[in-house]
Amino acid sequence: MFDAEAASLLLEALRGTFASGRTRSYEWRVSQLEALSKLVDNCEKQIVDALHSDLSKPPLETVAYEIAMLKNSCKVALKELKHWMKPEKVKTSITTFPSSAEIVSEPLVLSLDPVIGAIAAGNAVVLKPSETAPATSSLMAKLLGEYMDNSSIRVVEGAIDETSALLQQKWDKILYTGNGRVGRIVMAAAAKHLTPVATRRIIAGKWGCNNGQACISPDYIITTKDYAPKLMDSLKIELEKFYGKNPLESKDLSRIVNFNHFSRLTKLLEDDKVAGKIVYGGEKDETKLRIAPTILLDVPQNSLIMKEEIFGPLLPIITVNKLEESFDMINSGTKPLAAYLFTNNKKLKKQFVMTVSAGGLVVNDTTVHLATHTLPFGGVGESGMGSYHGKFSFEAFSHKKAVLYRGFVGDASVRYPPYTNTKLRLLKALIGGGILGIIRAIFGWS
Amino acid sequence: MEILGEVEESVRELREYFKSGSTRSVKWRKTQITALVELLHDHEDAIFKALNQDLGKHPVESYRDEVGVVAKSANNSLNCVEKWMAPKQSHVPLLFFPAKGELLPEPLGVVLIFSSWNFPISLALDPLIGAISAGNVVVLKPSEQAPECSSFLANTIPQYLDSKAIKVIEGGVDVCEQLLLQKWDKIFFTGSPKVASIVMSAAAKNLTPVTLELGGKCPAILDSLPNPSDFRLAVRRIVGGKWGPCSGQACIGIDYVLVEDKFKNVLVDLLKRIIKKFYGEDPKESKIIARIVNKHHFERLCNLLKEPLVQASIVHGGSVDEEKLFIEPTILLDPPLDAQIMMEEIFGPLLPVITMNRIQETIEFINSRPKPLAIYAFTKDETLKRKILSETSSGSVVFNDTMVQFLCDALPFGGVGQSGIGRYHGKFSFDTFSHEKAVMHRNLCLEIEPRYPPWNKFKMQFLRLAYKLDYFGLLLHIMGLRRYN
Repeated sequence: MFDAEAASLLLEALRGTFASGRTRSYEWRVSQLEALSKLVDNCEKQIVDALHSDLSKPPLETVAYEIAMLKNSCKVALKELKHWMKPEKVKTSITTFPSSAEIVSEPLVLSLDPVIGAIAAGNAVVLKPSETAPATSSLMAKLLGEYMDNSSIRVVEGAIDETSALLQQKWDKILYTGNGRVGRIVMAAAAKHLTPVATRRIIAGKWGCNNGQACISPDYIITTKDYAPKLMDSLKIELEKFYGKNPLESKDLSRIVNFNHFSRLTKLLEDDKVAGKIVYGGEKDETKLRIAPTILLDVPQNSLIMKEEIFGPLLPIITVNKLEESFDMINSGTKPLAAYLFTNNKKLKKQFVMTVSAGGLVVNDTTVHLATHTLPFGGVGESGMGSYHGKFSFEAFSHKKAVLYRGFVGDASVRYPPYTNTKLRLLKALIGGGILGIIRAIFGWS
Repeated sequence: MEILGEVEESVRELREYFKSGSTRSVKWRKTQITALVELLHDHEDAIFKALNQDLGKHPVESYRDEVGVVAKSANNSLNCVEKWMAPKQSHVPLLFFPAKGELLPEPLGVVLIFSSWNFPISLALDPLIGAISAGNVVVLKPSEQAPECSSFLANTIPQYLDSKAIKVIEGGVDVCEQLLLQKWDKIFFTGSPKVASIVMSAAAKNLTPVTLELGGKCPAILDSLPNPSDFRLAVRRIVGGKWGPCSGQACIGIDYVLVEDKFKNVLVDLLKRIIKKFYGEDPKESKIIARIVNKHHFERLCNLLKEPLVQASIVHGGSVDEEKLFIEPTILLDPPLDAQIMMEEIFGPLLPVITMNRIQETIEFINSRPKPLAIYAFTKDETLKRKILSETSSGSVVFNDTMVQFLCDALPFGGVGQSGIGRYHGKFSFDTFSHEKAVMHRNLCLEIEPRYPPWNKFKMQFLRLAYKLDYFGLLLHIMGLRRYN
C-alpha cells in the first residue's frame, strides 16, 4: 500500500538526490534523455501492445501520435539543451534553476513528454500514470525502472488513494493533465504548500486521432446554413473512405477507454434534445466499447453535448447565418484549448486570430500544432494553465533566477538618508532621464 | 450580503466591458497609462502625505520607493507596449509547408490585484500598469492596513482612469472573502505566505492562475573585502538595504547578515557608525525612518526581542516607543538560531548578524531554510559567486548591492518555493497578465495523405520519417526507393 508515509519517504529520497546536485549537471540530463530515447526505441512493440490493450489503439496511431512524438521531443531536447541551459543575458542576467517535480497524467505521450522537460531542466521527478490505462501504466513503471536513474526518477502506480498520498507532500512543481474537476483538487492541495501548478484538461478525442479522444481534436464544427449539406456529404464520404462501411468492425478506429466513458457518451446521445439530430452513424457496441463516428446537425446550445467537452467520436455541426457569429459563440463558452478555422477569407482569419481566446489557434488544419515543438502547448482559462513542448517544457520546469552583478564603484549617495530636498530633485531628474535636469539638480539650480 | 451583491455586480459589469473589446486597443492602453502618469504628477504631495500618515515615510523615501518606481514603470510601458503586443514569429518545420506559426499575446480578462501595506502605492500601481498594458480589466484591492493610501487610490483612480475597466474596491477581510468567491481570470497577490495559501485555495475552485509575490528571510553574505573602501561601501549598502525601505518592512529587505567570525567586530562598529550618520543621534526624532505599520506588527516585533537569549544578543539599539509605533534600528549578534527571530521573516528594523567560521558554510546555512526572495552577496571571489549561483535557489541573486534588482525592468521580479510563484516588472508584467496564444496558419492546397486512415505500412513508415524530419528519407520513401527490414 502506497500511503502518505511511503510518499514522504519517497520524496525524502528524491530530495536527497536533488540536494546532492547530481541532477543539475549537463551530463546527467543528457544521459537520462538518451536512456529515455533508447527505451522508446527498444520497447516500441511493448508500448504498442499496451496501448492496444488499454484503448485498442491501432499501432499506426500509437507510432504516429505517441512514439514518434516522444522521440522527436527527446531529440529536440538533446540538441537544444546546452542552449537552453545558458544564462540569458538581458542587460543583466537570468539563470535557470531546477527543482523537484511531480507529474500526474494520462497515457504515454502525455506522461512521458513532460518528463523530458523535467529532466532537461535538471529536476528529480515522480510520475503517476493514469490508472484508467492499466497496461500502459504498469509498462511505464517497469520500463522507467529499468532504463532510468532510479535515484531521481520514479513511477508511482495507483488510483485515488495513491494520488492523494502524493498530493499531501510538498512538491516544487506539479504538472497535471486531466479534467477540470481533478485539476481543482490538485491545485487546492498545492495551495497548502504554495506549489506552482500547471494543469491541462484532457481525456480521449475525435475520430482521426484516438477516435476523438484527444483533448485538442475538434469538439464541434460551426458552418453557415448554405454550406452545411455540402460539408456533411464530404464528411460522410471521407469517413467511409477512412473506416469502411461498418466502422464498428474497423481496426483503424480506437475504442472508448472504459465503460464509464462509454456510458457517459451514450447518455449524451440519448438526450431527448439530441437523439433526433443524428444524421450519420450513431451505432454502438457495448461489449466492445465501440462507438461509430457520429455526426449531429444543429443540436441545441443548452443540451449536455454542447455544454461538456465531448471527448468521444461524436461531432455536432452547428449552423449559423454568418461565420462572424461563430466567434461570439466560441467566446461565450469557457475558453477552449484550441480553435480551428477553415477559410480562405483573409479578413475572417484576422478577426479569428484577434478575437477568439483559446490555448492555440490553427487556421486551415487540425491537431498539427501539437507536433510543432516551436509552438507552446497549453490552455488558458478553463482549458488549463502553463504550457509545454520543446523549450516551453524546459521553462515549465525551471525557475529563472534574476542575477544582478554590481561592482563597488559609482555609488549614488542620493539613495541614502539623511534625506534632503536636493536629493528628491535629483531622484526625479534621474528617473525622468534628462541629463540637463541631473546636472541642474547636482548643482542645486532647479 | 450587501457586499457580495456589490462585488458580483462590479465583476459582471467588468466582464461585459471586457467582452466589448475596448480594452484591447493600443490606444486605450496608452491613454490609461498616460492618465496614471498624470495622476502621479498631479497628486504627488497627496501621496507623500498619505504615506507619511500610514507609515511615517519621508518624502524622498516615498519618491524613491513608490512614486518614482511607478513613474518609471509607466514610462517604460508606454515606450514598449506596442512592441510587446506584436505577434512573435515562430519557426515551423518544413514538413508543414506552407504554414506560418506565431505567438500572439492576448489579455486574460478580468483580473484581481491585492496590494500590500508596506509599499501601498507602488505595489498597487506597478501590477496595475502590467494588467493595463496587457489589455485587461482590473479590480484593485488596496491593503486596508494602509488606510490613507487605500482611500487615496479609491478616490483618485476613478477620476483619471476608465472606471468601466478599472475599479478600486476597499475593505477588510470580509471584502477579500467576497472577492475570492468570484471567478477571475488571474489573481495577483502581494503579501504573506499564510494569506497566499488561502488565495490560492480559493483560486483552485475556478482553476484561476495566480501570481504570488511573497517574501522570506533574505540573507546578505559579507565576504572578506581586503580593500577598506569596498568594505565600507558594502556596509553602507547593507544599512541602505535593511533600514532604508520602510524601516525593514520590505519583502526584499535584508533579513540577516552572514559574516566570518573574524570580521564581526569591524562590521558591527561600522554598522553603528553608518546608522548614526544616516539617522542621527536620535533616529526616532529624525523623521527620516519609517515607523511600524500598526500595533499588531509592533507587538510581534517586540515579542521577537523579548526572548531572553535574543535580548542578550542586542549590541545596538533595542529601544521601542509604543505610542509612536517606533522601533530603533537594532543589531543583534548571534542570536540563537532556534529563536523565533531566526525562524520567521522579521519584516522590521531588527538585524541579526550571524557568524560562521568559513564563508563557504553560508551556502549550507541558506539551503537548510526555505527559499528566499533574494540573496545578496558582497564578494569579489568568483568561485564563491559561482557556488552561490549554482548551489542555492532564490528568486534573485544580487552581487555587491541591495534592493536595486527591484528597479531593473530587464530582470524579472518574483520568488520561488516559499517566496512566491510567478514574476513581474517590465515585459514580465505584461507576460504575467497575458496569455500567449499559439497560432498556426495553414492553407488548403497541400495535404499529407498518410495522416489519415485507413492505416497501412506505407503510412506508418511515412510518419516515422516525418517525425524525425528526415526529408531525404521521405523523398526516397514516397518514390518507393527505400527498403526496410
